[in-house]
Amino acid sequence: MTTSSAGPHVHGLGEPYKRKEDARFIRGKGNYVDDIQLPGMLYGDIVRSPYAHALIKSIDTSKALQVPGVVAVITGKDLEAAGLAWMPTLSGDSEAVLAVDRVLYQMQEVAFVVAESRYAAADGAAAVEVDYEPLPVVVDPHKALAPDAPLLRPDKKDRQPTNQIYHWETGDRAATDAAFAEAEQNGIVVRQDMYIPRIHPAPIETCGCVADYNTATGKLTVWMTSQAPHAHRTLFAIVSGLPEHRIRIISPDVGGGFGNKVPVYPGYVCAVVAALKTGRPVKWIEDRTENLTSTGFARDYHIHAEIAADKDGTVKALRVYTLADHGAFDAAAQPTKFPAGLFHICTGSYDFKHAHVAVDAVHTNKAPGGIAYRCSFRVTEASYLIERMMDTLAREVGKDPAEIRLQNFIKPEAFPYRSALGWTYDSGNYEGALRLAMEKIGYEELRREQAERRARGELMGIGISSFTEIVGAGPGKHFDIAGIQMFDSCEIRVHPTGKVLARIGVQTQGQGHETTFAQIIAAELGISPDDVDVEHGDTDTAPYGLGTYASRSTPVGGAATAVAARKIRDKARKIAAYLLEVGEEDLEWEPGRFYVRGSPSKGKTIQEIAFAAYTNCPPYLEPGLEAVNYYDPPNLTYPFGSYICVVDIDRGTGEVHIRRFLAVDDCGTVINPMIVEGQIHGGLTQGLAPALYEQLAYDENGNVLGSNFQDYLIPTAVETPRWETARTVTPSPHHPIGAKGVGESPTVGAPQAIANAVVDALAHVGVRHIDIPITPWKVWAILKEKGLATA
Amino acid sequence: MSIHHIHVTINGKHYEGDVEARTLLVHWLRDSLRLTGTHIGCDTSSCGACTILVDGKAVKSCTMLAVQADGRELLTVEGLEQNGKLHPLQEGFHVEHALQCGYCTPGMMMAALALLKRNPSPSEQEIREGISGNLCRCTGYVNIVKAIQYAAQKLREPQPEQVPAGSGGGGE
Repeated sequence: MTTSSAGPHVHGLGEPYKRKEDARFIRGKGNYVDDIQLPGMLYGDIVRSPYAHALIKSIDTSKALQVPGVVAVITGKDLEAAGLAWMPTLSGDSEAVLAVDRVLYQMQEVAFVVAESRYAAADGAAAVEVDYEPLPVVVDPHKALAPDAPLLRPDKKDRQPTNQIYHWETGDRAATDAAFAEAEQNGIVVRQDMYIPRIHPAPIETCGCVADYNTATGKLTVWMTSQAPHAHRTLFAIVSGLPEHRIRIISPDVGGGFGNKVPVYPGYVCAVVAALKTGRPVKWIEDRTENLTSTGFARDYHIHAEIAADKDGTVKALRVYTLADHGAFDAAAQPTKFPAGLFHICTGSYDFKHAHVAVDAVHTNKAPGGIAYRCSFRVTEASYLIERMMDTLAREVGKDPAEIRLQNFIKPEAFPYRSALGWTYDSGNYEGALRLAMEKIGYEELRREQAERRARGELMGIGISSFTEIVGAGPGKHFDIAGIQMFDSCEIRVHPTGKVLARIGVQTQGQGHETTFAQIIAAELGISPDDVDVEHGDTDTAPYGLGTYASRSTPVGGAATAVAARKIRDKARKIAAYLLEVGEEDLEWEPGRFYVRGSPSKGKTIQEIAFAAYTNCPPYLEPGLEAVNYYDPPNLTYPFGSYICVVDIDRGTGEVHIRRFLAVDDCGTVINPMIVEGQIHGGLTQGLAPALYEQLAYDENGNVLGSNFQDYLIPTAVETPRWETARTVTPSPHHPIGAKGVGESPTVGAPQAIANAVVDALAHVGVRHIDIPITPWKVWAILKEKGLATA
Repeated sequence: MSIHHIHVTINGKHYEGDVEARTLLVHWLRDSLRLTGTHIGCDTSSCGACTILVDGKAVKSCTMLAVQADGRELLTVEGLEQNGKLHPLQEGFHVEHALQCGYCTPGMMMAALALLKRNPSPSEQEIREGISGNLCRCTGYVNIVKAIQYAAQKLREPQPEQVPAGSGGGGE
């Protein structure tokens, strides 16, 4: 072992280290759930309801059982007999695993066919005969509250006698109302209705699992597309009654999650039941239509928002009322104490003195969900509404949208900032981000160009979004999922030769944890990320964690990793002191090495120390060099940014062309700029999607109109602009390395930048709002109405 | 259900087997031959995760029956690496950070390979159009475009040790 005073080259924080996980993926050697094939494995297929609301009169499985290859058919009645017909949702509701006597949405699960092959299972599913009696359908959430609306959930009428799931409100209503009364007299009030449509995360890999029950050991292993394997293990244990140590959940390589893979779906439960029933492994993999129509949707918020301001546009109060469509079961994925998630971050980047938010949630005959789609629990809805409202306010007072923002931003010196709705923002410099974005894109010049083009009859728009996020839930005392506190964890083992195995409680679906978490440890221990392997996703080996969603990996799991690495370093210091025969306080640390203060040549590398931990450990210490940390964050983190979008509108077709889109993000300390930029590119594309293309629409009979990728329009490389990025760095003061999380900022921040740009292009003819997705048809109809259409 | 015996060359290797007439090529590759690098992402030929080359042309293998592959030469992602040397596309995807979850990556690389066979020096717009039959939900395509440009550049450079492109199923 050699010692160099310069120390080894460390790819620590801030370096664009190439991803470790790429090696398997570029060779086609990933291990996704559908790649798993076990001896004797059966395949499951689900019989689904064609109706959005109907009674099940009878189910005849006899023909299905005669289909060659079919092994078993499981119905709701079979599950009911085993006490498994219902499962708890993440919002305290009960969801039918397989419908027993009624279906509540199109594509709801009715029966599970198990067969020797995929094709036989599909044949069997087609042969199951279900007799339905259709019932009146409630699609419009406003109608769900009408006194004569059919009661959709008679199963829980004792505790919920109407279709209303909850009414929730927060903030100071009296003070807010008073501020509005004052503004009506002496200032101005702006109001806007807006609908954020139902969309779907649609990861390219659908959901699925392989369930394998070992009858000899009584151990159940489930490989599943899970963003939260430990939480799922605990839920499985509670629902099934199997002892938790006999359940192993493995989340293998996951082909994108974006919140879609947080809930437990009926298909997983059916596969487990089928594995227990048949004694053979059972695989269930959704097809795309099943994924889009039955698994967790996002958004679906009908919002009315109002701002009270002084005549000069200085904001005073925000009042928001929202009707939330939760579908047939309340399966929204959010912390227990927050039924509308973190929606009350909706005062955004602005210094409102007063605010009040009320949300009513209702059942309709649509698929359950309300998941945090690449967003920290309804932050996207919150950010969209406030950024749209700030533009509306700017129009009203005749100011530029940039000016109204700069005027109302929370000032850098105000942090930590307590918002009117009770959040404590950790750090921020909103003006810095917006000014950088304006400078980089040439804002003033663009405004001049817009005026010139407008004079020529051309439609060009510039949109700004200066969003604030709120991510990294816990702390555990406020945030829990189904009672489990939202901490996270890391376990580090340093082997005798100084190589490291780290296991984490969060879990990648493409974010690159195997690289970035290795970089965190590399930076803390002064070694190469090549010497650190990061494992995750296996509940038998990884420490308990709450999983990856809501941008919590870096803020919580990353913090646990840094703290665990520091525990390793603390012990390494004690060992180094022993080896060098000096006091701990006489040692200095440089990356990869402790040395004696004043004698830099006298030192021990982390590798030498690791070896000694196993071969020559001080008698007063436990041998070995390992550490675990369970990190309960003291606060959330508040990433932010300013996005500017430039659009041109085709007056003939109504098509919106994004000419430029610049994203300035501030996610605090950057671990790997290459990965951060990649996350931003991807998130922006998932922000573009609902702004212009995607919507899960339903017809009046509850038929899903976006049930495949021909109808549900995911942007391709042609629609997606060449994203431009820049950054400012405002570290989180409470995070061990100052990082805030980034994966969701762009999805949260982008839609309203695009919407604001389109509205800006049409503002001169009186357009104040267009609901997303802003399709060519919607724009063309406006152009026609305003006499601007050329065709 | 009629059963057919088929012979197919995949990544330069001969395979044969009995398939039901209705078996999709992608299922035969994945479930029977265990070539699981080719993925499935939709049912409507929209996402391109299952893209492979059939006689040198990009084909969505969920839209072709296994029997239709009888007698043909296929190239899948597993055939890109030759003698331990990564294909320039594989190298480009890694270097330019053109993948995140990795699920669309094999299909994306195969579509790109077909594009570069047709057009060795594509413009950015031609690359975007060339991969517009392949969906990626993670990357926003910016780095995929860069990766394909990287590979195009590399493939245009004289490479004495490499077999020339255009030989179809054998791969390069």
